Amino acid sequence: MNTILLAFDLALFLEKLILIAVIIFASLGIALYTTFAERKVAALLQDRSGPNRVGPFGLFQPFADGLKLLMKEEIIPNTSNKFLFILGPFMAMTAALMTCAVIPWGNQVEMFGRTIQLQIADINIGVLYVFGVVSLGVYGMLIGGWASNNKFSLMAALRGASQAISYELAMGLSLIALLMLTGSLSMKTIVEQQMDSYWNILYQPLGFLIFIICVFAECNRTPFDLPEAENELNFGYHQEYSSMKLGFYLFAEYIHMFIGSAVMSTLYFGGYDVPFLDESTLSSNVAALVGIASLMAKIVFFLFLFMWVRWTIPRFRYDQLMNLGWKSLIPLALFNMLLTGALILAKSGL
Amino acid sequence: MLWTNFLMNVSTASNTAVDYFPIGIQLIFAVGFVATMIGVSALIGPKRQTSDKLQSFESGIESVGNARQPMAIKYFLVAILFVLFDVEVIFFYPYAINFRDLGWNGFFAVLMFVSLFLAGFIYIIKKGALKWED
Repeated sequence: MNTILLAFDLALFLEKLILIAVIIFASLGIALYTTFAERKVAALLQDRSGPNRVGPFGLFQPFADGLKLLMKEEIIPNTSNKFLFILGPFMAMTAALMTCAVIPWGNQVEMFGRTIQLQIADINIGVLYVFGVVSLGVYGMLIGGWASNNKFSLMAALRGASQAISYELAMGLSLIALLMLTGSLSMKTIVEQQMDSYWNILYQPLGFLIFIICVFAECNRTPFDLPEAENELNFGYHQEYSSMKLGFYLFAEYIHMFIGSAVMSTLYFGGYDVPFLDESTLSSNVAALVGIASLMAKIVFFLFLFMWVRWTIPRFRYDQLMNLGWKSLIPLALFNMLLTGALILAKSGL
Repeated sequence: MLWTNFLMNVSTASNTAVDYFPIGIQLIFAVGFVATMIGVSALIGPKRQTSDKLQSFESGIESVGNARQPMAIKYFLVAILFVLFDVEVIFFYPYAINFRDLGWNGFFAVLMFVSLFLAGFIYIIKKGALKWED
């Protein structure tokens, strides 16, 4: 009895380990190529060619950049707090890599006689898990900025932390209206509901607008990139960092963009659902592949949107940013929540 | 008893600690990966450190004092207010999940909670706690 239980656990363990390795390395690869795409999109919008020297069309550029960061000299300033200085990027990157655990990348595939769920962990608090882990990334920024013992880093870290926690409130409130609709916090259940009926964006346009603004702010992307405002704070909270520690801060930002796009696609745009296609007519493996492709297409669209906005809209001033977060988005999200609640109750005719 | 029932209703997926097992594996994996990369880059990078290089950067001029100085109170206020309001937001989550079962009665109860939330919110704004420009 015991050995059977152990064998089952070992198979499950291996399956999950392979899935985790694939998903983590895939998100790292996508983050690498997002940096490349960012430069290409910037070039496109500014009528330039962008990076085109390393490999065909410059396709090996991100590897060259990554290798350069890996092999640079590591500098820890004399006046800094050494332990916290290393802990900062460590936490930022670990938190970024942990978020992908609850996102359903596809339905399921059948391989080697086993049915493998394309989701690392289907936990019943999925949405809360994403919130919790994303908030841990703020510690990475705050610890790194403070430990550098540099005035620019400190100011940037304070700004970044205040911004992140302010927009987290509006983000949490805007999601409540969505949860009233779905009645579940599990990401998988939310996707399955959207497969049977319409995508949530149709019911929650205002909620989605608030959510996407907050995602931009949480990822420190333009127009909310105040922690890295080059013209006033030099380079922001990672000013004193070099080599892979700097690389991890930059990387974490791109992974956050990727995960943010995945969460938006999952919650509001049907996740791995393909519009106007009945997945049950396809065999399970084909349906899974089509589903993954569909989710990736949505993610790529959102990543493009991030870049498009970055090269189009100028940065906010800090008081404008805080006023938008506290005085506009929070009341708007509360209003959206009450409106949604009243409409659902009125429609169900109680 | 009623309170625990309320919490249990949140579950839709299976509700055991086994669900969290893969997250533990992922944590070990992520920590291992990040530690290895930071370690490797520390090992293979050149080490030519001079006292100037190890100074903290202040736009090229010599650094004055250190950064362990008092900071603007506004950031601290924002953090305190965040803690207050975030706790209130968290209370909406169990309500949202059980929203359909609770019906109009639950809705009116939450309306009362929202009005308290708004009263606090309007108070801090009128008090100028979120006023950034002096």
